[in-house]
Amino acid sequence: MDFKGSDTIPGPRTEDHLPHTAQAAVKIVIVGGFGVGKTTMVGSVSEIRPLTTEETMTQAGIGVDDNFGSDTKTATTVAMDFGRISITDQLVLYLFGTPGQERFWFLWNGLFEGALGAVVLVDTRRLEVSFDVIGRLEERGVPFVVAVNTFPDGPRYPIADLRSALDLAPDIPIVECDARRRASSRDVLMTLMRFLHSLAMTGALT
Amino acid sequence: MTPPQRRRRYPSQEAVEPVPKPTPEGEGGDGKRPPERLYVVAGPDGERADLDLVTLIVARADPPPSATPEQTAMLRLTTAPLSVAELSAYLNLPFSVVTVLLTEMLTAELVQARAPIVRQALPDRSLLEAVMHGLQRL
Repeated sequence: MDFKGSDTIPGPRTEDHLPHTAQAAVKIVIVGGFGVGKTTMVGSVSEIRPLTTEETMTQAGIGVDDNFGSDTKTATTVAMDFGRISITDQLVLYLFGTPGQERFWFLWNGLFEGALGAVVLVDTRRLEVSFDVIGRLEERGVPFVVAVNTFPDGPRYPIADLRSALDLAPDIPIVECDARRRASSRDVLMTLMRFLHSLAMTGALT
Repeated sequence: MTPPQRRRRYPSQEAVEPVPKPTPEGEGGDGKRPPERLYVVAGPDGERADLDLVTLIVARADPPPSATPEQTAMLRLTTAPLSVAELSAYLNLPFSVVTVLLTEMLTAELVQARAPIVRQALPDRSLLEAVMHGLQRL
């Protein structure tokens, strides 16, 4: 609690303050369809309670998606949840969970272009929701791994079948995970980092 | 049971062309009446600093007497480094509005920005290794 000020704007808790030595940040994007578990994954590994940043989309984006409902709206708000992991006293990692529709991506300056890489979170109950997301990352040359969030009621396919169904390039890792579990989500991020490292070793990353 | 089937795509020049950034303040387009301004806290339109979601912002000064309530709030929040995304979340303001406010504050030397490390053609392996070590400690 802030005893000094009279301001009512909530800020980070004292234990959530970054050290003054924090010099730079990197980001990883977790992308997937609605309800696939992006925020769950962000929350399970984040050192802070997940926060939400918003952006406002004006008329240009309206009317192309029936999710937006009323035509009389002149602006709509797109939200993105994110979390944070302190890597060292100098370096901070941020994780952003973003909707799969590409028209949201340009709302946040360099969301994918500046990211180290992306995790595509897929749900076997609605596998086709991830098709477009994966295609867009391929087109943009964003390195990514695929994580299959295992839901109890979701169909289970062998990983080889999923790789084939998603038509993934042979080098792209695909793993199963339980986004609710910190260790499992951490392993997904490690899979991405090892993949990025292997790309860096071979100089293949563009 | 067979899962549905996707077809792979490849990097294409067209697809990586940056999509024009919408300006919430609105400059109109296609000859229509410009949409109304949604926010007035940012002051007159101008050039915006190139701020990323994860650019770290640190206060350089105490709020001057002339500071707006938003500037005062920003300076209080950034006594320790804080990302633009976190500022947006805590202030409950859209990202683009925060970048406009911060542009003014950077010009006035009220805050300092620490740029993020972005993906490069040849990424720094030691950076990737540092992130891996950090994740392993989780």
